[in-house]
Amino acid sequence: MTSSSRPAAGGRSLADRLPDALFPKLSGPAIVGLFIAIFLGGFLIFPVLQVIYVAFQDPGSGALTLRNFGDFFATSLFRESFVNSFYVSAMSVVFATLIALPLAYITTRFNFGGAMIVQSLGFIPLIMPPFVGAVAMQLIFGRNGTVNLLLREHFGFTIPFMDGLNGVILVQSIHYFPFILINLSTSLRNIDRSMEEAAQNLGSHGMRLFRKIVFPLAMPGYIAGAVLVFIKVFDDLGTPLLLNVNNMLAPQAYLRITSVGISDPMGYVISVILVAFSVLSLWASFLVMRGKDYATVQKGGGGLARRDLKTREKVLAYGAVALILLLVLSPHIGLLLLSLGTVWSYAPLPDGYTLQNYVTMWENSQQYIANTLLYAGLAALGDVIIGTAIAYIVLRTGIWGRKGLDYLATAALAVPGVVLGIGYLRSFQGIDVPFVGEPLASWWVIIAIALMIRRLPYALRACMAALQQVSHALEEAAENLGASKTRTIRRIVIPLMMGGILAGFVTSFATAAVELSATIMLVSSDADSPLAYGIYLFMQTPSGRGAGAALGIVAVVIVGLGTLLSQIIIDRDKKLKTQSGDH
Amino acid sequence: MKTFLRGSVAATVLLASSAFAAEPVVIVTSFPDTMTTVIEKAFEEAHPEYDLEVLNKSTSSGVKYIQEIAGSNTADLFWASAPDAFEVLKSGDHLAKVGIKVDGIPDMIGSYPMNDPDGAYYGFAASGYGIMWNERYLAANELEPARDWSDLKKPEYHGHVGMSAPSRSGTTHLTVETLIQGEGWEKAWADWKWIAGNFASVTERSFGVPDGVNTGNFGLGIVIDFFGFSSKASGFPVDFAYPSVTALVPANIGVVSNAPNEEGAKTFIKYLLSPAGQKTLFNPAIMRLPVNPASYADAPEGLPNPFGEGAIAASVKFDVDTSGKRYYVVSSLFDVMITYRLDDLRAAVRAVQMAEAKHADGSNAEAKELIAEARKLIEKTPITEAQSLDPSLNGAFTKRRKKATDTVDRRQAEIEQEWDAQVTANYALAKQLADKAAAM
Repeated sequence: MTSSSRPAAGGRSLADRLPDALFPKLSGPAIVGLFIAIFLGGFLIFPVLQVIYVAFQDPGSGALTLRNFGDFFATSLFRESFVNSFYVSAMSVVFATLIALPLAYITTRFNFGGAMIVQSLGFIPLIMPPFVGAVAMQLIFGRNGTVNLLLREHFGFTIPFMDGLNGVILVQSIHYFPFILINLSTSLRNIDRSMEEAAQNLGSHGMRLFRKIVFPLAMPGYIAGAVLVFIKVFDDLGTPLLLNVNNMLAPQAYLRITSVGISDPMGYVISVILVAFSVLSLWASFLVMRGKDYATVQKGGGGLARRDLKTREKVLAYGAVALILLLVLSPHIGLLLLSLGTVWSYAPLPDGYTLQNYVTMWENSQQYIANTLLYAGLAALGDVIIGTAIAYIVLRTGIWGRKGLDYLATAALAVPGVVLGIGYLRSFQGIDVPFVGEPLASWWVIIAIALMIRRLPYALRACMAALQQVSHALEEAAENLGASKTRTIRRIVIPLMMGGILAGFVTSFATAAVELSATIMLVSSDADSPLAYGIYLFMQTPSGRGAGAALGIVAVVIVGLGTLLSQIIIDRDKKLKTQSGDH
Repeated sequence: MKTFLRGSVAATVLLASSAFAAEPVVIVTSFPDTMTTVIEKAFEEAHPEYDLEVLNKSTSSGVKYIQEIAGSNTADLFWASAPDAFEVLKSGDHLAKVGIKVDGIPDMIGSYPMNDPDGAYYGFAASGYGIMWNERYLAANELEPARDWSDLKKPEYHGHVGMSAPSRSGTTHLTVETLIQGEGWEKAWADWKWIAGNFASVTERSFGVPDGVNTGNFGLGIVIDFFGFSSKASGFPVDFAYPSVTALVPANIGVVSNAPNEEGAKTFIKYLLSPAGQKTLFNPAIMRLPVNPASYADAPEGLPNPFGEGAIAASVKFDVDTSGKRYYVVSSLFDVMITYRLDDLRAAVRAVQMAEAKHADGSNAEAKELIAEARKLIEKTPITEAQSLDPSLNGAFTKRRKKATDTVDRRQAEIEQEWDAQVTANYALAKQLADKAAAM
């Protein structure tokens, strides 16, 4: 962390002096920071406050009060829900780690054929389109899903994978482990080889090397991923709802907010508690990371040495990877079967196969697909720009309130989509967009903004982790050689962060592409609807299940291709750097 | 890309508008795409001067949407099943009172008024509630289809039944209230708890029930009729039956206040209620019961005629007023006693079922007494029917303070916590007693 006088140091070009003259007290990053703060204030804090002030209102008299929070803690159902949410989140982090760690380790540390494909496939679970995901999981793992029907037929017993909290933990770990995988892999790739070699020279190897050197150095990525999983699971609404588990906080909030006509403030109270708890967990993760320097100087030297596997190890590694992939891709296998099947009811597999679902889907959904690409693309682009800017401001400047920006952006994680959607309607329906003549709330751009706000935390975490690993010394070197601040950022910082930025882009894009809860409130005309909404429409009818699944497959393919592409870019980027480092 | 699309759409619209002006009619609906597309096509053929634009939202999102955009309203019509959603909109003055009269449509459907007496919304299709089941599931588990509510209480259905919650789905609320009005407060709640003790799950959406039955996740579901009919029409191995205690209620449509295109909205309602519009309901993807008795001449096989003799025994005289007065109390009671405490309830009910199976002959007097005690504890409801109709209790749930000076004494959270404490204690004790009886 540097002092606030830093930005004044270095060469002062005209570009540097001009803003100084216009805004005498503010440096470039401070202005950017201010703009971001205003943007977040307008599109996150203000709309949300419009909704959640109810939590602080006495339901009887309308006066301001904290009594509702007293009610929260006095209600055993809510206390129990809190404990359940905490338990499920913690267990999901544990299981997600068990899935992600071997995948990340094997693919980054060994010469492993198909590492790139594994990395891309490992990302796919994040793209679980709403409604179809749970239907597919039920069809495979449910009480009378494929696995249990076969077990019962052949062995006479069943396993309650999907019962109650177990089901939530299973689905959540499978769904969200990519957060850990992506961030951990990026971290592992960025570890300086010399660290590992030094340890090896001193006689360390095997598990000890991993435990003492590799894993601690990869910590920023792991923590970034684990915190995301924890918060996400804590706040996630879709999975528990679709598995009909009510005794958790997020579903309790949702059920109370959306019940027709009931104006119970408890839903909003729970939302406030969700936001507060998420910010708290984030703060805890900062505490853990504080005072530890994870940056490695010789970025040019390439990541960890990749080792060749012995034949026995190879079999073991491929076996483990195949098994994990089979587990995490099972919802998508179910989805594919559903999209190709005719009727699938109480049977291990569909009764017959057809392409009709794809025909039906294609006839009705081209507009949805185009809209989704546009909205999610815009949202993800905005996210990485804002994410990089915030990461830089937080980690590299001493601007007052910089941590606040981070908390502010991250708080979006904890805002239930419905709350944001209602907040937007409430705040922006009365504002007409100039030249368009529509209310801001029903202009299509607002959907992209909502997605951008909702997915910003993902991009931000990735950008933060990436910047944390860029040594400050490299920037100082550039500045010593006379590069301006802007030039240093453009030529040194951004290129070194590229892997993390891309990871952030893909995460934001992929999850924005299948988001539903905020968009369903904001969609104001069929022509503006995104894909997830199309799936929702299909899945409301018995005959539409197959077509909905087909559209889900399209979503998975689109995002999967995007991921593969960015993996290729990251890898090529990596190779270029390694080559130049060898000179 | 998008701008290009928008540009070309705008150009097309401009070009088209010079030829003929197809005015948009914006309709917010909870009905599925498969249903709205059919009706939209038919309507636009009959009235090419209008362009129906369908916005699909769940009933609760739709209500919230209409409320939130009221400041500069862009929607013309609201179209959904649950009459209570319309009541909520009407009470907030979000529905216009348009006078529409279509010949041949009776004033009542069964014992339920067809239209809102003030003309804020109109019934266009009738729905009844019943039990839907998956043939394969029942065959594999060697079960018979349950044909009446009381069948669902039987221990052999334990863990095989699914239903939504009245707080989540207006149609489910009607089912619960119908049974309460049909059998009386105490008996109906006891029945609901014995049925719920056999639940596999309480689904969050009303569509979750037919979905669960279709996939075979559970075997039987308590659903609105068209879910059963349309699932069957889509090829799933399922069937549906109306139980003896049921009520027919209309699915509705209403014009939104300050609609940008009120004329278009009215034209659509008139079309929907006309014989041509009513016939679209026979489409296999829709399968709803028309409200125009004349339409039944062309009804497809298997669709009952509620205006004919004895087809659907809607024995309950449904009192809308009573239902409305305690609307939220019933929703909340169901959630507190069943939805949120399903595990406790299931455990208690199962314990009683086991104890009863062990002492089927009734020879052990002590066990019999314990079981009777346990049954009573499970059946206990925190409030009486008179209390359920008490305006001050209901006020705690709605809190519609019309003026800033209005105050409501009690808070929903406080009341629910009281109920919850009683209910969980009763269930735990009931399980203990039943276990003791079973051990004898």
